[in-house]
Amino acid sequence: MDAASIHGKLAERFGEKIVAFQGETLQPWAVVAPDAIAEVAAFAKSDPDLAFDNLLCLSAVDYLKEDPPRMEVVYHLFSYEHRHVFVLKAHLPREGAHLPTVEGTWAVANWHEREAYDLFGIVFDGHSDLRRILLPDDWIGHPLRKDWVDPDFYNGMHVKPTPQMAERAMAGEKIGVGPFDFTPPNRHVDE
Amino acid sequence: MSNQAYGWRVDEIDNDEMILNMGPQHPSTHGVLRIELRTDGEIVRAARPHIGYLHRCFEKHAESVDYPGVIPYTDRMDYVASMGNSLGYALAVEKLMGISVSPYVQTIRVIMAELQRIASHCIAVGTYGMDIGAFTPFLHLLRDREKILDLFEWTCGARLLYNYNWVGGVSHDVPEGFVKACRQFLREFDATTYPEMIDLLIKNKIFIKRTAAIGVCSPELAVSYDLTGPNLRGSGPPRDLRRDEPYLGYENYEFDVVVGEGKFGPRGSCFDRNWVRALEMKESAKILHQAVDRLEKMERADVHEKVPKRVKPAKGEVYARSEAPRGQLGYYVVADGTGVNPYRVKVKSPCFTAMSIFHVLAKGMMIADIIALIGSLDVVLGEIDR
Repeated sequence: MDAASIHGKLAERFGEKIVAFQGETLQPWAVVAPDAIAEVAAFAKSDPDLAFDNLLCLSAVDYLKEDPPRMEVVYHLFSYEHRHVFVLKAHLPREGAHLPTVEGTWAVANWHEREAYDLFGIVFDGHSDLRRILLPDDWIGHPLRKDWVDPDFYNGMHVKPTPQMAERAMAGEKIGVGPFDFTPPNRHVDE
Repeated sequence: MSNQAYGWRVDEIDNDEMILNMGPQHPSTHGVLRIELRTDGEIVRAARPHIGYLHRCFEKHAESVDYPGVIPYTDRMDYVASMGNSLGYALAVEKLMGISVSPYVQTIRVIMAELQRIASHCIAVGTYGMDIGAFTPFLHLLRDREKILDLFEWTCGARLLYNYNWVGGVSHDVPEGFVKACRQFLREFDATTYPEMIDLLIKNKIFIKRTAAIGVCSPELAVSYDLTGPNLRGSGPPRDLRRDEPYLGYENYEFDVVVGEGKFGPRGSCFDRNWVRALEMKESAKILHQAVDRLEKMERADVHEKVPKRVKPAKGEVYARSEAPRGQLGYYVVADGTGVNPYRVKVKSPCFTAMSIFHVLAKGMMIADIIALIGSLDVVLGEIDR
């Protein structure tokens, strides 16, 4: 099936839950209302004409400068039977973004959603095991958000020496803790 | 597919059960992977993998450099098969910009990709034998992998991380006499490496008994967890992007797609996944023979002809997949059309999804078989953690 007829099929079944459709791009996509994504996913997999049994990729993108700013979750689907692909998108607010999980439909979504939670802070309702996956459990913040600022401290340790710190260290003051003691690289030149 | 047994609390653990930590320094975990095993004697009741020890936030790096600048970072994800990684990224950006490279560059890329596939499978099959306890095949295969690395070094100067596939071309043309050296390697491969590997390892009775009945993965489970590459083909579905959605002119080469046959046990076992890898090396050699013949007949062309002066795609996005040695490697690249940096690069790594199925397959196994399972999935932690 081509993208337009896949969209037609979804729009016929879900009506206004399919918010928008863009068929004029490299890879056509449809925007789905976030609260309906689990039902749309289940339908896309179980319907014999669509049969999207494979979730190729689940990614999150942070559109900070768009008006209004939004978070996007992108689902790339593939069908082994019909060999067609389709892209679903869900638009979310940047703060407190949450939408239903699709791990009941595609088991691989479990880890993909954990990754999106870890790096973007998107909460997937009903997820069986929503923990951080790549970053340490005690990490604060979600680094792939566009407004992310590198922290100065991690667990009380300086991780980003500031120019002021470098100046103080050059003056002979001990900065940092234990092995994370910050010594400027050209220190030996002075001595 | 309930994952309730996947995260457990201390008070859920029986008196007879014990939590065993495997890794991150365990030699058979192929990198820094930690697995929590909930064991009852020698039997694994549940397993919980912990990844992220090698996380370098590739995706954040990619947003802070320009499009060509991402390529060296992609090399460092799957450091056993760097050519495949940079190729996938180059294909994605070329698709976004609408660049099509010349047949000469395509042939060079095919040769490099297939040489890399053989080198990567040498490591995969060799270390798998070593995990199980067969040391000799590992030495033989590493010896022959060196020859491929020599060819790469001769071409682009690097032995492991190449920065070879550029957007719109490759970094260096193949040197004078490359075709001859490549033929020499293929002769040696067909005459010694491949038959030696089959005789020493694949036909080894102990090896078969050790792997042919464990870690069985059904096709439905494999598709649901998005297993790709040799892991999927071991379970039966003959899915290979090189044949199904050809890129780089793969449709012009003759080769077979190897699938697991379940010769010595149920189909989709650890043995089958490894068997697919071993036999795929032969298919790659077949492609190489044809590609080298073609390259010889071609006139030398400028490999930088299509490399854009400034890589700045128009606003858009693309998800491009290619068949890397470990499975389908997908790059989701978003361009905002304003800056010279990618707005977002997401990598769907085949090892990431292969690791996510681990807790399902590991359930009910013996502890010693866990080693055989990890090896058969052929994960590279650099690519899982990115």
